Amino acid sequence: MTALFITLFLPLFGAILLLFLGNNAKVIKNTALGISVITFIVSLFLYFSFDQTNPDFQFVYEYIMVSRFDAGFRIGLDGMSILLVMLTTFISPIAILSSFETIKKRDKEYYFLILILQFAMTGVFVALDLFLFYMFWELILIPMYFIIGLWGGKNRIYAAVKFFIFTAVGSLFMLVAIVWVAYYVGTVVLHLPGGFTSNYFVLKEYTKLIPANIQGWLFWAFALSFFIKVPLFPVHTWLPDAHTEAPTPGSVILASILLKMGTYGLIRFNLELFPNTSIEYASIISSLAVIGIIYGALVAMMQTDFKKLIAYTSVSHLGFVVLGIFSMTLNGVQGAIIQMINHGLSTGLLFLCVGFLYERRHTRLIADYGGIAKVMPKFSVVFGIAMFASIGLPGLNGFVGEFLTLIGAFESKILNNHWFTIFATTGVIWAACYLLWMYQRVMYGTNDNPLNHNLKDLKLSEYIMTVPLIIFIVWIGIYPHTFLKVSDLSAKQTVNKIDMIKFNRQTYELPTLNKNIENKDLENNTK
Amino acid sequence: MMNEFILGLPLYIAFALSVIVILIDSFSGKNKTITFYYTIISFVAIIASAFYITTLPLDSFTSIDKTSLITKGMISYGGYANLFDIIFALGGLLTILAGMPYLRKEFDDYKEFYTLTLFSVFGMMVIAHANHLIMIFIGIEIMSISFYVLSGFIRNKISSIEAALKYFLLGAFSTGFLLYGIAMIYGATQTMYLNDITASIQSGQANLYFLKIGFALLAVGLSFKMAIFPFHQWAADVYSGAPSIISGFMSTAGKIAAVAAFVIIGKSMLPELPQDALSDVAIKTKEYIANAQMIIALLAAVTMIFANIVALIQKNIKRMLAYSSISHAGYLLMGIVANNADGWSGIIFYSVAYTFMQIGAFVIASILEKNDNYLNIDDYSGLSKKHPMLAGAMSVIMFSLTGMPPFAGFPGKYALFVSAIDAGYTWLTVVAVIGTIISLFYYIGLILNMYFKEVGSVEIGEIRPGTATISVALSVLFVLLLGIFPGFIIDFAVKLF
Repeated sequence: MTALFITLFLPLFGAILLLFLGNNAKVIKNTALGISVITFIVSLFLYFSFDQTNPDFQFVYEYIMVSRFDAGFRIGLDGMSILLVMLTTFISPIAILSSFETIKKRDKEYYFLILILQFAMTGVFVALDLFLFYMFWELILIPMYFIIGLWGGKNRIYAAVKFFIFTAVGSLFMLVAIVWVAYYVGTVVLHLPGGFTSNYFVLKEYTKLIPANIQGWLFWAFALSFFIKVPLFPVHTWLPDAHTEAPTPGSVILASILLKMGTYGLIRFNLELFPNTSIEYASIISSLAVIGIIYGALVAMMQTDFKKLIAYTSVSHLGFVVLGIFSMTLNGVQGAIIQMINHGLSTGLLFLCVGFLYERRHTRLIADYGGIAKVMPKFSVVFGIAMFASIGLPGLNGFVGEFLTLIGAFESKILNNHWFTIFATTGVIWAACYLLWMYQRVMYGTNDNPLNHNLKDLKLSEYIMTVPLIIFIVWIGIYPHTFLKVSDLSAKQTVNKIDMIKFNRQTYELPTLNKNIENKDLENNTK
Repeated sequence: MMNEFILGLPLYIAFALSVIVILIDSFSGKNKTITFYYTIISFVAIIASAFYITTLPLDSFTSIDKTSLITKGMISYGGYANLFDIIFALGGLLTILAGMPYLRKEFDDYKEFYTLTLFSVFGMMVIAHANHLIMIFIGIEIMSISFYVLSGFIRNKISSIEAALKYFLLGAFSTGFLLYGIAMIYGATQTMYLNDITASIQSGQANLYFLKIGFALLAVGLSFKMAIFPFHQWAADVYSGAPSIISGFMSTAGKIAAVAAFVIIGKSMLPELPQDALSDVAIKTKEYIANAQMIIALLAAVTMIFANIVALIQKNIKRMLAYSSISHAGYLLMGIVANNADGWSGIIFYSVAYTFMQIGAFVIASILEKNDNYLNIDDYSGLSKKHPMLAGAMSVIMFSLTGMPPFAGFPGKYALFVSAIDAGYTWLTVVAVIGTIISLFYYIGLILNMYFKEVGSVEIGEIRPGTATISVALSVLFVLLLGIFPGFIIDFAVKLF
C-alpha cells in the first residue's frame, strides 16, 4: 500500500521540490534523477509484494473526492497494470539520464515537467475510477505539450499543437461517455442516492445493462480516444510529427509509455466495460490494426529521416498489440500485454540510439550517414540488438509478443478469419526489410562523409542507459514466463468475461478468490 | 427580529457598509488609501459573515415565519444565496486589489472606483437573495448603474466612454424587457413573490399564455446581461473598451449575478410537476416547461459554438477574453437547462472557478498593458523569458479555461455535464465538447505564443504589479485547489437547493 503511494506521489513531490531549488543545473538534474531512481527502487518493493496468484486488484485504496457524483481517488493494481507501472518507473530514470546531454536550456522547467509526466503516467495505470483516470489521462498532455514545444526540433510548434489537439479531441468525447456511463449505472440501474458513480468496480459489473445501441456509441467514444493514443490507422498522423520533433527523452517516453496508455485503456475499459460491442466490432478494428501494420511498415520503408522511420514502426508494431487485444483469446491478450512491454523496451532503445547519433552529428537524415560501424563498433552492436528486437528475431523480446498475438488472432473464434493473421504476419517481413535496410545504409557501406570520420563510440553514461534495456530485451526473449505469469490471471479474467458472453462458458479456471481485507471493504462500500 | 437580522447578515453588512462608505468618502478629503482599505475590509467582512451563515443548520432558515419578517419575505435567507455572496465579494476583492495599481498606472484611482465596486457587489447580492421579482429588478439596476459608470471610468479615453455609452444604451434597453416580463408574469399569476408564482403554476391557476410571454421576456432581458447569443453584440466592444480590471469584474461577477437571477427565476418558473399530474393544464404546463428548457438549450448550444469560433480570429487579448466569457456563459446555461440541484450546484462551482480564471486572466492582461499598448496576442510572444511567473500563471488559467484537469475548469465542466446528462440533454454536452475543442486553439495558441515563440517586434518592458500580485496569486492558487479538491464546494452546494 505504502509502496504504491510512494511510487505514485514521489515524482510529484520531486517536481514540487525542484521548484524550490536554486538555478544550479547540476543540482536540479541530479535531484530529478535521484527521485526517479528512488521511485524505481520503491516500485520494486511493490512488484515483489504483488501476489501473482490473486486475480483481483491489489493494493486497492479508496477516498471519495466528490461524494455528490461518487468520484473518488480509487487506485489499485492487477497483473497487467503492475507490469506497465514497472515499465514506467523503469523507463523514466533512463529518459531523465538521457536528458542530461540533450536538454541544454530551461533545466528547471524541463525536469519539473518530466517528473509531473511520470506522476501522471503512473496515475493512468493505477486509477480505478473513471473520473480520476480522466484527470491523469489529460494531465499527460500538459507536460508533453511543453516538452515537444519548448525543447523540440525545427517544426516543434506544429508538432506540439497537433499532438495536443488530436489527443484532446479524442479524450473530450470520452469525457461525455464517462459521464453517461456513470449516470446510467448510477441512476437507472442502481438508483444510487447521488444518481451517479464512476467507480470502476461497480461500472464493470453493470455496464452490460446499458441498451445495446447506446453501448455502441459509448464504446466508440472510449475507443476513439484510445485509438488516437495508440495510434491506430487512420488516426495516427500526429505520431510521426510528435516523435520527430520531440527531444530524444520525449520520444523515448512517448514511444515507451504514452502509446501504451491507449492499448491499456482498450483492455481495461473497452473490453471490460463493453464486451458485447467489442465482440461486435472486433473484425473492423482488427482490420484497421492489420492495415496499420502493413501501412506503417510500407511508409516506414520510404522514410529518409531516422526518427520518422522509427515513429512509423510504432504504428506498425502497435497494430500487433491491437490485433492481439481484439482477438480476445488468452494468447492474444497476453501477447498484447507482453508486446506493450517489448515495444516500450526496444523502441525506447532505438530512440536512444538515434539520439546518440543525433548528439554527435546533429542530423537525422539517413543519407548523411554510412559506414558508422567502423568508427563506432560498440554502438553498432547496441543499435543492432535494438533493431533485431524490433524486427522480432527469435531469442529477443519482440518475437515473443508478435508470435503470441499472431497465434491469438489465428485461433480466435471471435475473429474467425485466418486472413487477419496471414496479412499481419507479413508485417514481420516488412519490419525486417525497412529496419535492415536502414541499418545497412547507416552502419555499413563507405564512410565518405568527412564529418562522420571522427565520431566517438559510446560513453559510460550511454552504457548505463542502454545496458539495462538490453538485459530485459534478452530476458523476455529467452524466458518470457517471468513476465507472462504476472499478467496471466488478469488476462484470463478478461478473456473469461468475453467468452461468457459469446460462448456462455468460463474458458479458464481461476484460483479461488481469497480476497484481502481491502477488497472486502470495497465490496461493502459498493453494496 | 434578531433572528432575521442574523440570517441576512451578509446582505445587511453589505448594505450598511456601502452607505457608510459615502460618508467616509466625503470626510476623508484627498486620502484615497482609506477608501481602498475600507473596501477591502468590507469585502472580507461580507465573505466572513457569509461563511458564518453557511455553518448554521439548514432548518434555521426554513423554520422562520415569513409574515412576521420586516422584509415580508421579499428576501430569502441562507442557502445558495450565501455562496453567491461569497463569489461576488471575492470578485470585488480581486478587482480592488488589482484595480488600484492599474488605475494609478493608466489614469487615476478616484475614490469612486472603490465605492462603485462595493455598490455593484451589493446589487449582485440583492439579486442572489431575491424572493420577489422587484428585488431582482432593483438588484440588477444597482449593479448595472455602477457598471455603466465604471466602464467609462477612464474618462479621457474615447474607447472607454464609447464602451460606457454602448453598455448604458443596450443595458437600458434590456431593462425594458425585464420590466415588461415582470409585468406579464404579474398579470399571469397575480403575484410577484417567487414561491407564490411557483405555487400558482403548480396548481394550474396561472394564465399560461401570459406566463410564456413573461418568461420569454425575462429570459431575453437576462440573456442581455449574460451576453448570450444573439444578445451578445455589446459584450466584445464593452469588455475591450472598458478598463481591463473593470472588464474582468463585469464579465465575472456581473455575469454570474445575471446567472444567479436566471437560476432563481428558472427554479421558480420552471417547477417540477408531479409525475402523475395528468390534467389538461398540467400537461400544457409540462409542455411549456419542456419547451422553455429546449429553447434555453438551443441558445446555450449556439452561444458555445458561435463565441468560440469568433474568439478564434481575435487578435486583441481583451476581445478574445470577451468572447471566451460569452462561451462560458453558454456553458453556465447548461446548468439552467438541467434545472435540477445538480445543475445549480454545478453552476455555483463553475462560477467560483470561472471567477478566479477570468479575473486572473484580465488582471494579468492589465498588468502588462500600458496606454492601450501590449494588448495584442502577438505581443505576448516570448513572455515566458522576461516574466516567467506571469506567463506561468497565465498558462495555468488558460489550461483551466479549456477545462483541462487538474485545474478548476475541469470539475466545473464535469459537474455541468453531469447535470445536463441527468436531465436528458446529452446532445448539449456533445455540443459543449465541440465548443471546447474549438476553444483549445486559441487558449493553447496564447500559451504557444508565450512559451514557444521568440520575442517579437514589440517587447513588454518593466511592469509594476503592486497589489495585483495578490490577485493573480489568489487566482492561480484557487484554480489549482478547486481543481484538485472539487468535492468541498460541490458537495456543499448541492445540499442548499
